[in-house]
Amino acid sequence: MRPLMQREWFAPVVAPLVVGALLLGVWQFCCGYFQIPIYLFPAPSDIAESLMENWQPLLHALGSTLKITFAAFALATILGVLTAFLFIQSRWIEMSLLPYAVLLQVTPIVAVAPLIIILVKNTPLALTACATVIALFPIISNTTIGLRSVDPGLLAYFRMNKVGRAQTLWRLRVPSALPFFMAGLRISSGLALIGAVVAEFVAGTGGRSAGLAYEILQSGFQLDIPRMFAALLLITVTGVALFGLMVGLDRLLLGHWHDSAVKTER
Amino acid sequence: MNDFSIAQPDVPVVDVLSAEKIFANGFRGLAPIELSIRRGEFVSLIGPSGCGKSTLLKLIANLIEPSDGRLQWWRGDFSKVGQAGRQLAFVFQDPTLMPWARVENNVRLPLDFVGVDRATARSRVAAALAQVELTHATRRYPRQLSGGMRMRVSIARALVTNPDLLLMDEPFGALDEFTRNRLDEDLARLSWERQLTSVFVTHSIYEAVFLSSRIIVMAAQPGRIFTEFTVDEPRPRGEDFRTSPRFAALCRDLSTLLTDASIASRG
Repeated sequence: MRPLMQREWFAPVVAPLVVGALLLGVWQFCCGYFQIPIYLFPAPSDIAESLMENWQPLLHALGSTLKITFAAFALATILGVLTAFLFIQSRWIEMSLLPYAVLLQVTPIVAVAPLIIILVKNTPLALTACATVIALFPIISNTTIGLRSVDPGLLAYFRMNKVGRAQTLWRLRVPSALPFFMAGLRISSGLALIGAVVAEFVAGTGGRSAGLAYEILQSGFQLDIPRMFAALLLITVTGVALFGLMVGLDRLLLGHWHDSAVKTER
Repeated sequence: MNDFSIAQPDVPVVDVLSAEKIFANGFRGLAPIELSIRRGEFVSLIGPSGCGKSTLLKLIANLIEPSDGRLQWWRGDFSKVGQAGRQLAFVFQDPTLMPWARVENNVRLPLDFVGVDRATARSRVAAALAQVELTHATRRYPRQLSGGMRMRVSIARALVTNPDLLLMDEPFGALDEFTRNRLDEDLARLSWERQLTSVFVTHSIYEAVFLSSRIIVMAAQPGRIFTEFTVDEPRPRGEDFRTSPRFAALCRDLSTLLTDASIASRG
């Protein structure tokens, strides 16, 4: 057994934890020392208390937001990959469609969301649509670049063996695109969450499908600042968890061969 | 027409019949070339850069078409290449392996293309890997291998198709001399054991002399055959040939010819 300090997971896990604990300590101390009122800036202990107290509605809201996020993420992945496959069929298709994909990307979602929410009656559907629009572009662009980034030597080898388009796509282009696609997924997963929260803000819907953004809005109106922080904390944790999930998927799919995921020995 | 010809050792494997290559930009890559390669021969193409040795190899591989003249494979056109007894394999300068696939799957690739069944493919892959002495690395990924091992995987991928004609474009050019010598010895043994007809492009005089039964010395501007050089040392050859005075003498002779070819290339 090697001592704890020398294990390879130790530093990347423990170092940020230590920083976090320190920051929390300073935060807690300052709130107490300067007697900052709870409705201005609550101490970590107040937030934790609020989280315990309101865990039921908060968890429900988290569930709603997660549903929108995952639906949008899945939709963006499917649509993005299909679009990328379409793009690589011919330069003409790409040239005619790419500007519109860019258009979709550069228009701020906050500006489009009200329109989508008016047009689509079903609120969860409208929210999903908003989040999908935001999450779509990185998948399209990354997958397209990936499908084109084929080792020219291997492509020549495939040509020499008179291999057809379908087999070349499946045996060569798809595996070559995987690292790029995974990078797209990683960006997209975060964007799907952002999209879901932004859309909830704009929609401002309460009721049974109220998400974390609604919790934040409501807590703001009621000056229940600890609850606001608690909802914010849940959004952040969700974001980190999504990112972790993507990193794990990355390791699983690319860990054994791609330079980005392989550990370098020293 | 004359399929029985395959069994006859005298019938050439490749005929280059006044084939020339002028590229789209007007560059005269190859002046009309006459070359005949017989069964079991190991032919090296050597010459100064721009002499068209790679172009000639690509013509033989049918990767490019001649601007004029033509080529024949086993006294027929290229459409019959790939049939039994007329299998062609090409080894590039780079290993060109799929980084996401294990060594065994990389070697199996040409068999997958034509849909060879699993059991047959498995045994042929194992045999090919054994021939390049990589049985221990079957389950590894290309990135876990050294440059020389990767090149051996690439050669195994060519051997797995049981080629009758093996074309190689400076396959060991990027390797250090020690590794290159070892791979040359492996290649000399393999080509002899399998009676492979081989065409080999190289920059190295030593490599050409060690491997070849015949060396085509080429000159540039325009790319053409300058002269031929026969290495009548019996095969298979090994380390003892490399260290013999005869080897040194042959290298010196070839070197002189190459100098002449370089001078002729300036004109």
